[in-house]
Amino acid sequence: MALWEVFIRPRRGLAHSHVGSVHAADAQTALRNARDVYTRRQEGVSIWVVPAAEITASSPEEKDSFFDPAADKVYRHPTFYQVPEGAPHI
Amino acid sequence: MYGTDFPPDDGPSTLLSEVNAAERALHAAAGARGPAATGDLAAYFDSVVAAEQKIEPRDWMPEGYRKTLIRQIAQHAHSEIIGMQPEGNWISRAPSLKRKAILLAKVQDEAGHGLYLYAAAETLGVDRAELVQLLLEGRQKYSSIFNYPTLTWADIGAIGWLVDGAAIVNQVPLCRCSYGPYARAMIRICKEESFHQRQGYEILYTLAHGTDGQRAMAQDAVDRWWYPSLAMFGPPDTDSTHSEQSMAWKIKRFSNDDLRQRFVDMCVPQAEVLGLAIPDPALRWNADRGHHDYTHPDYDELMRVIKGNGPCNRQRMAHRRAAHDDGAWVREAAAAYAKKKAA
Repeated sequence: MALWEVFIRPRRGLAHSHVGSVHAADAQTALRNARDVYTRRQEGVSIWVVPAAEITASSPEEKDSFFDPAADKVYRHPTFYQVPEGAPHI
Repeated sequence: MYGTDFPPDDGPSTLLSEVNAAERALHAAAGARGPAATGDLAAYFDSVVAAEQKIEPRDWMPEGYRKTLIRQIAQHAHSEIIGMQPEGNWISRAPSLKRKAILLAKVQDEAGHGLYLYAAAETLGVDRAELVQLLLEGRQKYSSIFNYPTLTWADIGAIGWLVDGAAIVNQVPLCRCSYGPYARAMIRICKEESFHQRQGYEILYTLAHGTDGQRAMAQDAVDRWWYPSLAMFGPPDTDSTHSEQSMAWKIKRFSNDDLRQRFVDMCVPQAEVLGLAIPDPALRWNADRGHHDYTHPDYDELMRVIKGNGPCNRQRMAHRRAAHDDGAWVREAAAAYAKKKAA
């Protein structure tokens, strides 16, 4: 039986977060199973289920080369820039 | 979802506050800068564990670490599933509608805990169906405690207080386990377990303050469940086979005997409040050690029960197999329905 990854939005205004997985033959059943397993105490207001096989994940072994391009671009952070003393609202 | 808010601590040194502390530590470690990656995968693994950060599913890990976790998490999941049986025995005979609703919710939680744990095990590359098969064939174990019978309603109280209490003492340190999915599942489980222990304590307290007959029933249940509960912490440290490596990997944080001692020290004042006696004439405070001295459970009995010769082993396995077979039509129907919808 297919594996589905479960994402729950705890409250309005928060993003869905991964909480675990369920097994189900189809999407609607997966959604109901996820409700029964992961929201017995009203932990969520919205659930996503995604077929686990459909998720493409980056590989931890490639973590460095994959994320490296951002490492030397410190100028993307506001703290890189010196603000002259006395300049307001910047 | 438990990651986004922290309920206020319920006082110092309570188990629940330790769970909350473990959750804060998990978030703090996630926010901290991790050790620098090196070409040496094993060295990087060791440095992540040493830095109290979490190993995640696709990270490189030693084969032994993976195997140990699969065995431990699966055994834990099986225990939750088999653990529904002794209590399920009393759902239809609970003394009031309130108690029945509570017991139903508790048994439903056990099913949920089993599923959280199977999901955590599956992140290590096994399939749940494989693990279920290993249980059904008797090739993987579950906690020996569930091979004892629930003879009276007071047993439901004793299970909540002692068995769930022991489980929580065992499980709270697992909230700091080095494997992320297991640690997160345990945080969630421990928070839910807390109601289990309290409802059991309340059942015993009510019985202990009832008629003479009710009081005797409560004491009888405590007499029968005390030593099997102590045995839940496993063999004594001198005989424990898996401990040392698991400690080094930070899967396990305390030795069997340390956790058992902690449990005994916790139970003594709780028993006093109940007005029930712990069935151990040798139990007394040892001021030098700062702990209670107590009689150890019969570890030969523990080994006999683990090997399959406890009071209810055959009954539990037969029931699980029957439930699995009886559910076959549901799995088939679900698959047929999915196929029809997809066509």
